[in-house]
Amino acid sequence: MTGRWIRDHLVLMLGLLVLAYTFIPIAVVVLMSFNAPQSRLIYRFDGFTMHNWLNPCEDPSMCQALGRSIEIGLAATIVATILGTLAAFALVRHDFAGRSASNLLIFLPMASPEIVMGSSLLALFVASGLGGQLGFWTILVAHIMFCLSFVVVTVRARLAGLDDNLEQAAMDLYATPSQTFWRVTFPLVFPGILGAALLSFSLSFDDFIITNLNAGNTTTFPMYVWGVAQRGVPMQVNVVGTVMFLISIAIVLAGELRNRQRAKGLTAPTVAEDLAVQRAS
Amino acid sequence: MSQVAEQDKTAASGGEDFDGLRLRQVTKSFGAFTAVDDLDLDIPNGSFFALLGPSGCGKTTTLRMVAGLEIPTSGSITLGGDDITFAKPYRRPVNTVFQSYALFPHLDIFENVAFGLRRRKKSDVEAQVNKMLELVELTSQARKKPAQLSGGQQQRVALARALINEPQVLLLDEPLGALDLKLRRSMQIEIKRIQNEVGQTFVHVTHDQEEAMTMADTVAVMNRGVIEQMGSPSDLYENPRSTFVANFLGQSNLIEGAVTHRSADLVTVDMHGIGVSIPVARAHADGDRGWVGIRPEKVLIGELGEELDAPGNSVPGGVVTDVSFVGVSTQYLVRMPWGQELQVFQQNTGHRRLFRQGEQVELSWRPEYAFLLDYSQDAAAGAQRGAED
Repeated sequence: MTGRWIRDHLVLMLGLLVLAYTFIPIAVVVLMSFNAPQSRLIYRFDGFTMHNWLNPCEDPSMCQALGRSIEIGLAATIVATILGTLAAFALVRHDFAGRSASNLLIFLPMASPEIVMGSSLLALFVASGLGGQLGFWTILVAHIMFCLSFVVVTVRARLAGLDDNLEQAAMDLYATPSQTFWRVTFPLVFPGILGAALLSFSLSFDDFIITNLNAGNTTTFPMYVWGVAQRGVPMQVNVVGTVMFLISIAIVLAGELRNRQRAKGLTAPTVAEDLAVQRAS
Repeated sequence: MSQVAEQDKTAASGGEDFDGLRLRQVTKSFGAFTAVDDLDLDIPNGSFFALLGPSGCGKTTTLRMVAGLEIPTSGSITLGGDDITFAKPYRRPVNTVFQSYALFPHLDIFENVAFGLRRRKKSDVEAQVNKMLELVELTSQARKKPAQLSGGQQQRVALARALINEPQVLLLDEPLGALDLKLRRSMQIEIKRIQNEVGQTFVHVTHDQEEAMTMADTVAVMNRGVIEQMGSPSDLYENPRSTFVANFLGQSNLIEGAVTHRSADLVTVDMHGIGVSIPVARAHADGDRGWVGIRPEKVLIGELGEELDAPGNSVPGGVVTDVSFVGVSTQYLVRMPWGQELQVFQQNTGHRRLFRQGEQVELSWRPEYAFLLDYSQDAAAGAQRGAED
């Protein structure tokens, strides 16, 4: 009897196990954000408190690092999304010498190890005499660089899946080229662009290796966490982690909700799906 | 193509004041491939015109040039006297129903239909769209997205979205190709009804001969970038001018023959020792040889020596090799003394008995039903049509 029950529910059990495997670390972070530790050196749940949530900036350097990361993340996202979207349009819509080479080269930053990219960037900055000015701007340049390929790949996939006939139909229905772009092409590619932007921000926000090599005296949030990890992580780090997690969930849910409101059968992939595909590759 | 001018006398005499759609010496090449070759075409206002041909014959390219989605390599296109050869697609009073419908997936049905009006800043958009949705019977679907509609409904949205702009010419690119047979038949009638109602020029591209003949009042049969023949469906069917048309529209028996005598109103042909005569108006061969063509349903089948209602052309010596009973008719294959198998369709009126395989029979037909085609043409041209449908 039991053997049969296990056989029948094996897939379900495995699924639950995988979910648990994924979410237990996050649950620990959420739990620890309410922790009142007795000692900074022993990382365990000692008692419930709202103190961490009410005083997130108890260590001002953490909030400073967090602010820096958000600044860099937003700036890198904006620049990489705009440049990457333009590049994707060029790669899909125009036939120029070196197009296939560009298509290939755009993958390179995604494929090469971060440590290689980080150190070669550092070598580049030092060689060009910027060794003394490592900081916000060098981090930004580095982040834009690696976000760019993800944006290009995401937007390009979306654009390539777009039916040419739609733009021809728009032109046939008296839309000028710019109206065709803003009324038809852009709205249809927008989910891809939005997905690319979200992906860029999260890549930039949690990058450590490349940032660490090119940061000079600037400290981003991941660098701060790494630094304090050796002398005891303040529980506020878990507050930040929990908030980030909640924001991601909110975005995914909002997207999902919007899709349910729309047609059931719409073939266009959602932002979340676009993201999932890119994450997987 | 002098043939076109001959056929369409109003156009030939119309000269400069012709106000329909006119193509003159239009050629379109893609690299070494010539899709449309020196095409002349006049489509009068208000007509339902079909361009019929196998895939790759240039019919869709012709349509796209009229829509402005392709620019001719040479030649000119005029509409109501205005040269639109190089006009941008959004600057010509022509709208298209695309084969894939190309409905905007992010807009609802109402906004899809309103798209053309909004681009031209028309007032009264709401009333016009509602009226159009009523015409295509989709009022209740106005706020749905295209993906929520069935294929037939999407087809009607595509039609409404184009028609609402009151184009001088509406282009339909295989609009029913994606629908199943039953739906296609009802949409054919629906589109014809709408055309009658709005009275605009419809140019319909299709590879389905039955569809072209059902819907259009003028059909142009296209093959390899040129128009083989143009005319009313019955004209094309009853009096084809080339073997391609004879085979592509319906089926034909084409029998080799030698011209023995030409008089003022009859051409006499020796067909494997049997003399047959063909009216001059139906003889389209100049040389001393030709293909005698006869439609299978025009051939009468009878016992040897039987008196049949077909004075003139009687062909003895046939043997039935195949019998297919298809309900309304019986289709026979009859092997003739010279080895060729002819098709014979006999209506099952109940007055005539069925013949069995192996029976000796005599075939005959009225001379006014036969036609004579040029011997230089391939007797099998256009016959592979069945595989495409």
